[in-house]
Amino acid sequence: MEGRAAESSAEQYSAERCTDESVEASVEAMFREERGRLLASLVRRFGDLDLAEEVASEAVEAALVHWPVDGVPARPGAWLLTTARRKAVDRLRRDQVYAARLAILQVEAERADPASPADAGGDLPDERLQLFFTCAHPALPADDRGALTLRCLAGLTTPEVARAFLVPPATMAQRIVRAKRKIREARIPFRVPGTDELPQRLPGVLQVIYSIFTEGYVASSGPRLQRPDLAEEAIRLARILRRLLPGEREVAGLLGLMLLVHARREARTGPEGEIVLLEHQDRGLWDQAMIEEGRGLVVAALSGGLPGPYGVQAAISALHDEAVDVESTDWPQIVALYDVLLVLTPSPVVALNRAAAVAMRDGPEAGLALLDDLAEEPRLRGHHPYPATRADLLHRLGRLPEAAIAYREALDLACTEPERAHLRRRLAEIEQPG
Amino acid sequence: MKYMLLIYSGAGDSADACSFEDWVVYDKALKEAGVLVSGDALKDLTTATTVQVGPDGERTVTDGPFAETREVLGGIYVIDVPNLDVALEWAARCPGSRDGGAVVVRPVDEFGD
Repeated sequence: MEGRAAESSAEQYSAERCTDESVEASVEAMFREERGRLLASLVRRFGDLDLAEEVASEAVEAALVHWPVDGVPARPGAWLLTTARRKAVDRLRRDQVYAARLAILQVEAERADPASPADAGGDLPDERLQLFFTCAHPALPADDRGALTLRCLAGLTTPEVARAFLVPPATMAQRIVRAKRKIREARIPFRVPGTDELPQRLPGVLQVIYSIFTEGYVASSGPRLQRPDLAEEAIRLARILRRLLPGEREVAGLLGLMLLVHARREARTGPEGEIVLLEHQDRGLWDQAMIEEGRGLVVAALSGGLPGPYGVQAAISALHDEAVDVESTDWPQIVALYDVLLVLTPSPVVALNRAAAVAMRDGPEAGLALLDDLAEEPRLRGHHPYPATRADLLHRLGRLPEAAIAYREALDLACTEPERAHLRRRLAEIEQPG
Repeated sequence: MKYMLLIYSGAGDSADACSFEDWVVYDKALKEAGVLVSGDALKDLTTATTVQVGPDGERTVTDGPFAETREVLGGIYVIDVPNLDVALEWAARCPGSRDGGAVVVRPVDEFGD
């Protein structure tokens, strides 16, 4: 087999293979996206996620053995699929009972969803969209949807997923097995919801990607504030989804939002890992290319009809990213966007963010009055940004004893060490001025 | 694949609860789609009797159970459809899923499948 017309990824592979001992690891990483496509195609053909995962891995292993010797095939994706299918057929010949069960599954899958997959270019048809919907299916436990998406679509291994979510590998393995078992036993289908169902199902997929992003951004517990790997995986997933659903404005909104927030990653923490608030960030560290891309997506998300919540949040982020400092930020526009967001997704957390923006537009007293209106909200009880925001406003008004009480309240509720350290510093500023 | 839809009634029998007519329409739709395997409504909980047999073979028969929770199993359907999405679609159309009621969808374990 000649290694002509190799794809860029394949070229990269040949270049790295002579120089790097960890070639296997880098090829694994390179195959990540390929693996998602491969997996989706195999699931489509065999209707079984376990079988698809096993033979996809075997095909990648075979590629690692053969390609360095025989050269990279002209159509690597097709080579992998053919190899994997052959392995699947071998396995089914050995296990007749399993094969019979799969045959039934196949017939029923065709009965339910006779449409043939769309070809999205490349040397394999892109059938990943159905896998996105299966992994984010509302019948699966919410905690497991992100893990499954990272594994099946981002191509992370189970130990990598476990590390990302800060749980022991055995626990994560159990969760993934449980989720896959439900898919199999309750027969959650591998299918893209019809146009009429899409408005109901797409938000679930977006929610999974966004929760992977926020999990990476503010670890829910533990010493590190940011886990950029997870945030980047979420962005990668959203890029795939954007290619698969180019006409869905909320997909553009979500990708835009994540890029516009992630653009500030370098400025968000100091050398010791401490939190640097927006107002003190070195805006020269912001990633301008990422901001540019995000702004383009905001335009796509807000054009042509009522915007969705991700589009509006992306627009708010864009206004922050465009300003040279906090003072010149377009706060009236930000408040107006929060008004829209409150209509789209009424929630006390949105109201809290709106109050903070009002404080920037009209002064701390106006913000404080709005916060006081939210004092009885059960969903803000135990939510540390509420007392922390209140403390900052009281601080700005010079009401120091009250501010100290509110900082202490926030300290008791904050989960990550950088957040606690930040609150302790603010408290110290009040208690030991100068 | 067979799924059982377990229909639980809601907290209060509000005045706008679904009518007998709604159930007739739903029943007809299940039949016409060719997915209905069986379906039964249950009489109310005051007519229920519980039987338990202890390790020594002693039989205990008690009146009830009476609703300790507010949700009471009021009926079941078994449907045969290709996958969970289709089953959930039928569950959502079931009159029992509205007015505070709930429909629990459970795959039927078909041995030898």
